[in-house]
Amino acid sequence: MTEASRQFDFEGRIARDEKIEPNDWMPSRYRRQLVRMISQHAHSEVVGMLPEGNWITRAPSLRRKISLLAKVQDEAGHGLYLYGAAETLGAEREDLINRLLGGDARYSSIFNYPSVTWGDVGVIGWLVDQAAMVNQTMLTKCSYGPYARAMIQICKEENFHKRQGMEIMAVLSAGTSAQRAMAQDALDRWWWPTLMMFGPPDEESPHSSELIGWKVKMKSNDELRQWFVDLAVPQAEALDLQIPDPELVRDSKTGHWISGPINWDEFRSILEGEGPCNRERIESRRESHFGGAWVREAARAYEEKCRKKKALERESL
Amino acid sequence: MVWEELRFQALLRHADDRLVLGHRLSEWCGHGPTLEEDIALSNVALDLLGQAKVIFEQSIKTDLKKRSVDDLIYFREIRGYRNVILVEQPNGDFACTILRQYFFDVFNRLWLNSLQSSIDKDLSSFARSALKEAIYHERHTKSWVVRLGDGTKESNERIQEAVSVFYPLSYEFFAQDEIDQKVFSKGLLPNTACFENVWKEEVALTLLEATLQFPKRTSTQMLRGREGRHTEHLDRILSEMQSLARAHPGASW
Ligand SMILES: [Fe+2]
Ligand SMILES: [Fe+2]
Repeated sequence: MTEASRQFDFEGRIARDEKIEPNDWMPSRYRRQLVRMISQHAHSEVVGMLPEGNWITRAPSLRRKISLLAKVQDEAGHGLYLYGAAETLGAEREDLINRLLGGDARYSSIFNYPSVTWGDVGVIGWLVDQAAMVNQTMLTKCSYGPYARAMIQICKEENFHKRQGMEIMAVLSAGTSAQRAMAQDALDRWWWPTLMMFGPPDEESPHSSELIGWKVKMKSNDELRQWFVDLAVPQAEALDLQIPDPELVRDSKTGHWISGPINWDEFRSILEGEGPCNRERIESRRESHFGGAWVREAARAYEEKCRKKKALERESL
Repeated sequence: MVWEELRFQALLRHADDRLVLGHRLSEWCGHGPTLEEDIALSNVALDLLGQAKVIFEQSIKTDLKKRSVDDLIYFREIRGYRNVILVEQPNGDFACTILRQYFFDVFNRLWLNSLQSSIDKDLSSFARSALKEAIYHERHTKSWVVRLGDGTKESNERIQEAVSVFYPLSYEFFAQDEIDQKVFSKGLLPNTACFENVWKEEVALTLLEATLQFPKRTSTQMLRGREGRHTEHLDRILSEMQSLARAHPGASW
């Protein structure tokens, strides 16, 4: 088949909503864009362990300690699963991680904000995991098979995380005045950064139209953001908390909740590495990765010794 | 001491071991040397915290002061903690964490195995399910002890150092006082002295397989975690662990 007819065939499959699998032909740009997206997603899961992991040792009850540890562990599992999906496209986990640690790969902007109170643990579960779920629910329909299947599995767990986060918020909101203030303060700090998680507005989103054409993304950034706001507003009401947006109104015709303007300058400076925790997050990942190099080296050396021993035994038989 | 108090105190020791060690392991979450190992360490931490929860719940049935599990964890002073000194030691590097964990895992497996024949039905059925976890933990940490011991020069040196620091602390697993003896004679909890030799033999075999040297010093009689005489490390753990709960006394979470 010529390049042109392969391309034609590929586009036909996308149009018919067929899944593209690892061994199928695909345009090299499709492959590159997917590796970029999936690895960014994997990095976000792993870096995302840090702000909440910060509270495991201080969780205020044994039950909360256990459920928070299990939640952060789930995120590690998501990272592993996603690196695996990127590897089906010919990428190597080690290379992807090195790009992250070298500052050449992105991860979700949200994890560059600090988590300074227990309220932050609640709000991250409620809003950040829910925002991730909105995005991932769309991706379960993605044209690349392994990514779509990873999303189905991961979404189930994110839903559980969201419910757990909402429950933390509900208890705080109904608690002492200090706990209530903690919940509201966390919402005040995390609301706008969560809206930014969906990426720049559609007119400024560089990759969107191509990804939508390939059915890698099924909805635009602004559509996803709207979907999320419509979910979160009634939840905040149920939690008896105030969303920090004085301009938030309901459009009586469409039923959608319309937010006030987002501070995109803040988003851009986070992407440029100027967020409150950008440096610390990458530094922490570097410490764990490079600090663990001798462990990985030892495991390789031991495996090698075992292989040699087995080979010798076989020869002497 | 009345029986209720004896029972409570004896169970508290084993709940505290698991709480403190589970807490220590949870410090690794997000910082493991590989993602796989990050997940594995968290798994062990979760199992230990789960075991602690069950033992605490059993213990408070005879707490004369009628405290809740969270009261015990978050509002007890350091002198009231009854864990062995080994489990409160800092994580150090991965070799230290693995070796400390291996020592505990062997002990835990032997203890749970024996606890299956407790006269207390709740404890014996707990032991049956927790034993499966302990066997799995031991298999995992043992394989790492061997891998690190027989891996590279660096990994060998690191875990050898851990052996010489931690081995002397292990005697506390088997040290017995009046409380241990009474709960043993009633058939409630295992007689730990019984499996001291088995523990030593199994550990010695693993060290041999891992090409590690047996430590010169094998016991430090100065430590009395079971009597509430701890190192400064536990103070740090508690001030972190209890900080939020203590800042909001009476609050629920
Ligand atoms: Fe996740
Ligand atoms: Fe999550």
